[in-house]
Amino acid sequence: MKKLLILLMTLCFTLILAGGCAHIEEAEDEIEEEVEIQTLTVENPEYYTKFKDDNISINVYNWGEYISDGSEEGTLNVNDEFTALTGIKVNYSTYATNEELYAKLKGGGASYDIIIPSDYMISRMIKEDMLEPLNMDNIPNFKYIMDKFQNPEYDEGSRYSVPYTWGTVGIIYDSTLVEEENIDWDILWNEDYADRILMFDNPRDAFAIAEIMLGYSLNTEDSEELEKAAEKLKEQKKVVQAYVMDEIFDKMGAGEALIAPYYAGDAVTLMDEYEDLAFVIPESGTNLFIDALCIPKGSAHKEAAEMYINFMCEPDIAYATTDYIGYSTPNSAAYEMLDDEIKNDGISYLDDEYLETKTTTFKNLSDEANLQMQTLWTEMKSAEAQTPNKWIVPLFMGLCIAASIIILIRRYIKNKRDIF
Amino acid sequence: MKKLIAAPYLVWAAVFIVIPLIMVAYFAFFNDGHFTLDYVASVAQYSNIFVRSIWLAAIATVICLLIAYPIAFILMRMDRSYQSTMLMLVMLPMWMNFLLRTYAWMTLLGNNGIINNFLGFFGIGPFKMLNTQGAVVLGMVYNYLPFMILPLYTVMEKIDTSVLEAAQDLGCNSANTLMRVVLPLSMPGVMSGITMVFVPAISTFIISRMLGGGGNLLIGDLIEMQFLGNSYNPNLGASISLVLMVIILLIMTVMNQFDDGEDRVLM
Repeated sequence: MKKLLILLMTLCFTLILAGGCAHIEEAEDEIEEEVEIQTLTVENPEYYTKFKDDNISINVYNWGEYISDGSEEGTLNVNDEFTALTGIKVNYSTYATNEELYAKLKGGGASYDIIIPSDYMISRMIKEDMLEPLNMDNIPNFKYIMDKFQNPEYDEGSRYSVPYTWGTVGIIYDSTLVEEENIDWDILWNEDYADRILMFDNPRDAFAIAEIMLGYSLNTEDSEELEKAAEKLKEQKKVVQAYVMDEIFDKMGAGEALIAPYYAGDAVTLMDEYEDLAFVIPESGTNLFIDALCIPKGSAHKEAAEMYINFMCEPDIAYATTDYIGYSTPNSAAYEMLDDEIKNDGISYLDDEYLETKTTTFKNLSDEANLQMQTLWTEMKSAEAQTPNKWIVPLFMGLCIAASIIILIRRYIKNKRDIF
Repeated sequence: MKKLIAAPYLVWAAVFIVIPLIMVAYFAFFNDGHFTLDYVASVAQYSNIFVRSIWLAAIATVICLLIAYPIAFILMRMDRSYQSTMLMLVMLPMWMNFLLRTYAWMTLLGNNGIINNFLGFFGIGPFKMLNTQGAVVLGMVYNYLPFMILPLYTVMEKIDTSVLEAAQDLGCNSANTLMRVVLPLSMPGVMSGITMVFVPAISTFIISRMLGGGGNLLIGDLIEMQFLGNSYNPNLGASISLVLMVIILLIMTVMNQFDDGEDRVLM
C-alpha cells in the first residue's frame, strides 16, 4: 500500500515537472526573437547638467511595476539613465494603492521628492495643501503632453501635476469560455458565470461600475444614489468568486476565474502572456484614470525633482515607460513612436469621441460621501447589515474589563487562602 | 544589579509597547483633542465581523489543539535521538516566508488547483475550496500549528517518565495515564498554546484576504482598511483594535481560570 502511494506521488511530481519544463522551453523560444534596442537622446542635454557635481539624491515613490527598469533586454533603465545624465541619485521605492501613499505622507516621517498619485488623490492632496506648485519653466517638455491632458479636471491648469500615464477600466474575460457578444458591465452580474467572476476589492472602483450601470455620475455624492449602488453590489455578491486587486493577474492567468474588471494597461500585459484572454471597454462607459507626477510639500530638492519630471516627459523615456508597463501615454511624441498595432488595438488608445462622451475621471469626494461609501462597502462585504444600539460596544467593553478584574481579585483571594 | 540588566528591556517595552498602546487608546477616544465616544460606539456596526473572527479563530484553535496534542505526546515518548529531528521537522515550514506559505495554499486549493486537478484524474470534483471560510480556518491551522506544538512539547518533555511508570504501577491503563496524569500536568502548555494560536488567528488579515477571497472579512481586514484602505480613518481603526484587545483580554482571563496559575510557559 505504502509503495503504491509513493509510486503515485512520484508519478504526480514527474507530470508536474514535465509540464513545467515544457513551459520553460516555450519561453526560451520566445526570447530568441530579435529585440529592438532602445536608446536615449535628449533635446537639451545642457539643461540636465545643473546639479552634476552637487552629489544630491532624490526620493521617488511610485507604484509597483510602474517604470521601465531595464529588466527586459534592450529596454532602458530609466532611473539609471537619469543618474548618468544628471549626476542626481534616485532612491526608488514603491506603493500599492493611492491610500497607502496618502497614509504615508499624512503620517509624516518620510520625505519624498516625486510621487505619482491618481487623479482623485491629486485633487484631495491639492485641497489639503500637500503638493508643491510646479515651476513649468523647469519642465519645458510639458509641451509634449497632449492637449486633452493639459488641463485636467482634478488639477485645473496643471499647476501641481504632469500626467505620467492614463488608462481606462474594462472587462477581461476568457474568450474560449465566455460566449456572449457585446459584453457590458452586466456580465459581472451574470449568474451563468457564478463563482467564476472576480471583482475589485476597492470601494471606489467597485462603486464606479455599479454607478455606470445605474446611470449615475461616477463622482456622485448623493447619499441615496450611493445606497442604490451598494444595493447593486450586494446583489452581485453571490456570483463573485473573490474580491481582489493585483491577484486578478494570477487568477485570470491561471484560469481560476473567467471574467474580471481590469485596468487596460495591465490587461495588455496579461493578454501578451495568455492568448485566450480578451479585453473589452464597455459601450456604456467607464472610468478614465490618469496618474501624474507631483512633488509633495517638504521636498528637499524641488528643482532636481522638476528635472526628473521633465526627464520623464522626454519622448524616448516616455516611450520606454509605456512600452514596458503597457499603460497609455499622454506624451504626443512618444505616441508617434508607437507601432500602429498598439495605436489601433481599441484598448490602449480610444477614439476621442468615446473618451469625451463615455469616460469620466474620478474627483475627490467629500469626507461624508467617502465615509458613507466606506461604510456601505464594509457592510456589503460583511453580508448581513445591522444597526445596533450606540451603547452596546462601550457597555460591552466595560463589562469585559469589570469581569476580568473580578476574576483576578477572586483568584488573588483564593491564593491567599491557600497559603494558610 | 539585576535591575540594571533589565533596564534595556524596560526602555524597549516603554518605547515600543506602552507608548503605542497609549496612542491607540488616545486615537480611539480623542478627536482633535476632544474626548468622544463616537468611534468606539460605531464599532458596534461591525459586531458580526467580530463574531465571525472569534468563531473562526476558536475553531482553528481547537483543531490545532486536537492535532498538536497527539503529535507532542508522540514526540515526548520518542527516543531522544529522534526528538530533535522531529522537532526540526515541525519547525521547518516556519523557515519559509509566511506569505509564501499562504500563497502556496491558493495554488493548491483553487478550482484549477493541484488538488482539484488530481481529483479530476478520477473524475471527482472540482470542489470549491478556495475563497471559503473553511479555507481561512485551514490557513490558520497550517500557519499556527507549530505555535501549539512547541509549548505542548516543552511542558510534556519535563514530565518525569517515572511518574508515568508509577501511574501504571498503581493500576492505570494507558488511557487513564493520559487522562489523569499527562493531561493535568500538561495543562500550562495547553493554555499557552491556545493563547499563542488564538491571539494571532483572531487578528490575522492576510490569511482571510488570500484564502477567504475578500468576501469573508475578519477584524484584521477591517483594521487594515482603516489605515491603508480607502477610508483612512485611524480613529476608527484604533477603536476597533482597542475593542479587540479588550475581548482578547476577557477570553484569556476566563481561560486562565482553568489552570491553577502555576508555572505557565511563555506567557
